[in-house]
Amino acid sequence: MRDGRESRQRYYRHPLPVRIAHWLNALCLFVLLLSGLQIFNAHAALYWGAASDFDDPWLSIGATLTPEGPRGRTEVLGRSFDTGGVLGTSGDAAAPEQRAFPAWLTIPGPRWLAMGRRWHFFFAWLLVINAAFYLAWSTASGHLRRLWPGRVDWRRLGPSLRDHLLLRHASGEAATRYNILQKLAYLAVIFGLGPLIVLTGLCMSPRIDTVLEPLLDLFGGRQSARSLHFLAAAGFVLFALVHVFQVLVSGPWNNLRSMITGHYDYRAAPGNRRRENRDDRP
Amino acid sequence: MTDPERRRALKSLLLLGGAWLGGCDRLSRSDRFVRLLESVEPVNETLQRALTGQALAREYTEADISPVFRPNGQTNPQNPEYRKLAANHFADYRLRIGGLVKNPMRLSLAEIRALPARSQITRHDCVEGWSAIGQWRGARLGPLLERVEPLPGARFVVFHCADLWGPAQEPYYESIDLDEAHHLQTLLAYELNGAPLPIANGAPLRLRLERQLGYKMAKYIMAIELVDSFAPIAGGRGGYWEDRGYEWYAGI
Repeated sequence: MRDGRESRQRYYRHPLPVRIAHWLNALCLFVLLLSGLQIFNAHAALYWGAASDFDDPWLSIGATLTPEGPRGRTEVLGRSFDTGGVLGTSGDAAAPEQRAFPAWLTIPGPRWLAMGRRWHFFFAWLLVINAAFYLAWSTASGHLRRLWPGRVDWRRLGPSLRDHLLLRHASGEAATRYNILQKLAYLAVIFGLGPLIVLTGLCMSPRIDTVLEPLLDLFGGRQSARSLHFLAAAGFVLFALVHVFQVLVSGPWNNLRSMITGHYDYRAAPGNRRRENRDDRP
Repeated sequence: MTDPERRRALKSLLLLGGAWLGGCDRLSRSDRFVRLLESVEPVNETLQRALTGQALAREYTEADISPVFRPNGQTNPQNPEYRKLAANHFADYRLRIGGLVKNPMRLSLAEIRALPARSQITRHDCVEGWSAIGQWRGARLGPLLERVEPLPGARFVVFHCADLWGPAQEPYYESIDLDEAHHLQTLLAYELNGAPLPIANGAPLRLRLERQLGYKMAKYIMAIELVDSFAPIAGGRGGYWEDRGYEWYAGI
């Protein structure tokens, strides 16, 4: 919007490699999550330790028989919740199907562990290759440095937190840079959740375990690795929810376009025009 | 964005998601796409073999043994031939070893117990996701194979089992390659937790293949056959579950 003092500036925010990696990543995480839930459904209980103590899972999804038929129940840390219709039992209300996660949340929809594993392992490779490509490119190009918080960033932590809570979003030049909460969130995913989910996944392989014993011990055993893998996936879901929410409340079309074409519009004060789009370091 | 716009966007997003999932089911039934998904299996196999070599699976202590070693698959085969053997505590049981070998053999349980043996406390990982720890004792498959002397063309060891599956009552079978067969921890197990192998866990003889998933570890083994290819057997993919879409190489 032009009001005489401000002007719309088009800024090249996301270089092509970032855009490709972003959408491949979104595709992989989507498929991995849903095929992962298919795999989880084959034994809908999680444990700590090396082996499964079938009497004492910390999380389990099942069903109990009621006079009206089976009713889904989820037990977490000893508490029991009625989750019929979604978790434990789902589908046709008159004759619900007994399964942990419902058909609309799994790939493939029907109970089909073998096919869920096929999808999971293919997209796991795609995710890892994409992540390696992204890390190599962003290290070589200096993109990773843009994500790294500097001293100035840390000083903005408080104000940035307040702005996010009040849903106040930068629309001027600041919108062309990552803010401190963004940087922390992305770094936590790239160097925290990402490696955690890959390594806990590998530690579920009996063959890989023959050479990764120290890592398996670090996670607390194979069943702990399976639990952590599930929790890391939940972490990714949380990240994706917050991420999409932030995209929606800070100009969805502008954001979406910038992740497709690379171009982002922002309001610039007159006389403060950027000389070169790419030079955006604070 | 106004509220109706937002609602519309959300609705189209959900519709798109639904179409996507329906698409995933259609893709799961397309031979070409499934072949694409399956293309990572040889990558996993090659890499895992190269990275881990002959490393041993972890062996646990007696304190780690699961109170109940959960039996899976069939737990009491109704095959009449098997029932007869079980009724007599497998005294008449003979393991047949044949196929591409120089010395075919028929071994009684007593003879199998006299073979080079090994005890190990290992973790059993089911493809469903659970694990159990048990102590196994059994004849090492490697030295036994040396005694039957495989012919040069032999590449795979096929296990023919007594448990019958599905409406067609097909016998369970599994196959491994010679590299797996010769691994130190690959056993024809006849004891679980210090007692004779219970019927629920595969009596009189089951395979222990500690670096792969549970479905590879055939129970109720009646015969061992060395072959150059498993393509002519049953569905041709090397095992009962493999014929139903599971990986032949079950290292993950």
